[in-house]
Amino acid sequence: MKIVVLVKQVPDMDTVKFDREKGVIDRASAGVEVNPFDLNALEVGVQLKDKLGAEVYVLSMGPPRAAETLKDAISRGADAGYLLTDRLFGGADCKATSKTLVAGIKKIGNVDLVIAGLQTVDGDTGQVGGEIAQYLGVPGICSVSEIKDATEEKITVVTDLWDGLYVKEVQYPCLLSVTKDVNIPRLPSFKDKIRARKAEITSWTYEDISEFVTSEEIGIKGSPTIVKKIEVPHLHKREGQQFRDDKAGAVFAFTEALANQKVF
Amino acid sequence: MIKDYSGVMVYAEQKNGKVHPVTYELLNKGGELAKTLGVPLMVVVPGPKGMNLKDLIYHGADKVYHVSSDELFNMPEECVFAENINKLIQEVKPEICLFGATTFGRSLAPRIAAAQGCGMTADCTDLQIDSDGLLIQIRPAFSENIFAHIKSRTQPQMSTVRYKEFDPSIRDESRSGEIIEIEGVALKNPQVKVLEKLITDDFDITGYKVIVSGGKGLKNPDDMRLIEELANELGGAVGASRAIVDEGYATKPHQVGYSGNRVKPDLYIAAGISGAPQHLAGMKDAGIIVAINSDPSAPIFNIADIGIVGDLYEVIPYLIQSAKEAKIKKLG
Repeated sequence: MKIVVLVKQVPDMDTVKFDREKGVIDRASAGVEVNPFDLNALEVGVQLKDKLGAEVYVLSMGPPRAAETLKDAISRGADAGYLLTDRLFGGADCKATSKTLVAGIKKIGNVDLVIAGLQTVDGDTGQVGGEIAQYLGVPGICSVSEIKDATEEKITVVTDLWDGLYVKEVQYPCLLSVTKDVNIPRLPSFKDKIRARKAEITSWTYEDISEFVTSEEIGIKGSPTIVKKIEVPHLHKREGQQFRDDKAGAVFAFTEALANQKVF
Repeated sequence: MIKDYSGVMVYAEQKNGKVHPVTYELLNKGGELAKTLGVPLMVVVPGPKGMNLKDLIYHGADKVYHVSSDELFNMPEECVFAENINKLIQEVKPEICLFGATTFGRSLAPRIAAAQGCGMTADCTDLQIDSDGLLIQIRPAFSENIFAHIKSRTQPQMSTVRYKEFDPSIRDESRSGEIIEIEGVALKNPQVKVLEKLITDDFDITGYKVIVSGGKGLKNPDDMRLIEELANELGGAVGASRAIVDEGYATKPHQVGYSGNRVKPDLYIAAGISGAPQHLAGMKDAGIIVAINSDPSAPIFNIADIGIVGDLYEVIPYLIQSAKEAKIKKLG
């Protein structure tokens, strides 16, 4: 059984800075990490490998340095990493990203299960998983919060949809996109980290996947949506009163807030 | 110029024949867009037969396409919904398609966008018509730190729109419109079986006007009672940070934050929550924010209207007391 887990290298959201004047993201201001949701996706893959003896491949699209992210994934249990990296892939929106990743999945070949995180913390769209499922022509099960059972033929999952939990059974090939509730990702051991550092990451350019996607479908050319403008909003202006050792002041402000907001 | 694609189409999410409230918000915004463009406002609702669809017309729809079946649309199985909606979009060719960014909408919309081969903008918080008649889709990205203005070069222009971003449209029983009945079609080779719905409490924190949330400042799970007492006194709901949900103090439906629920109550009280960006992303748009924390440099104070530096075990009891007094004064 072959599993592909999709991963993305993202800036560390706790430290990344935004330039309000220029409306740009200062990517140099923060380190990079594996998109946190993808760690849950990877953990699902690795647990299936433990249970069913599957091979787990991690696939990413990004600049050459994203190879580090794939090595990180290998230290957490993936067998091999593939990086789609080419200037031609740059500026891709959800559609072009999906088409490129689909070509990568086809290049890996005979994939039974694709697993994605619910969303990335930078692009924040949560759309790529669903689009990939459609372009691959396989069922996509979104918002998976629990894996109930898995065999070589099918997988049974709980999905968090319609304000409720629904149990779904699906045959391979299929795609799952998982929430953070699905598991607690393992931490790599020191030994695993050493092993992963030596792992070879396979890099593919457009040429390498061109039998599965046209040059019109990738990068900026293949992106129907265009970002016209970026705004860095000011945080809501708040009154910001602070009360310290001032119970009477705090009570007065609180009572006033109750009245202003018509709580009673 | 004759446009190939015309009209604004709203997807109405239903469960057991009941329409999700985000639909009425989409009818409000979609109605504005349709008016600006001078085109009809349409609704597609895949659902059981015999639904009350007049309400959609009273809320602004000019045409309601009811794709009906008593069997196909009882469970959230995206593939069958996508197939039926795709067929209709191909026939009707709307220039704009709007979906609520519910968990189901966010799962359904990309499948339809990919099937149509069009662009897709997720989680919009505002929509406008540009001078060239195309849609400007405004959405947060980078965990809500920036807002991007996005336009699409393909038709239909598709967006998912966040719940509670717009007011619902006003209901007007004098409005008239057309209801078009279409028979739903099953998939030829269904690969997904929805086996059952698990029993869960139907608690929905996003519906409350007051929310009192606890965080890591609470020392043990029993202390949630303190949070509950204040919430009850204010007629509000109990919320929780991710940290204490992970530790079992509260269940997932109570979680506020980036990976939990986004809430927009009139009053939000954060007790013992330091204010990590992930939590702020879920509550920063609240009307008034009251923060209680023993650390005066906690980031939660940066976005609070009223910051109370102190031990929540001392502060909450006196807030409960003042809430009681305020209630007596108001209600007698």
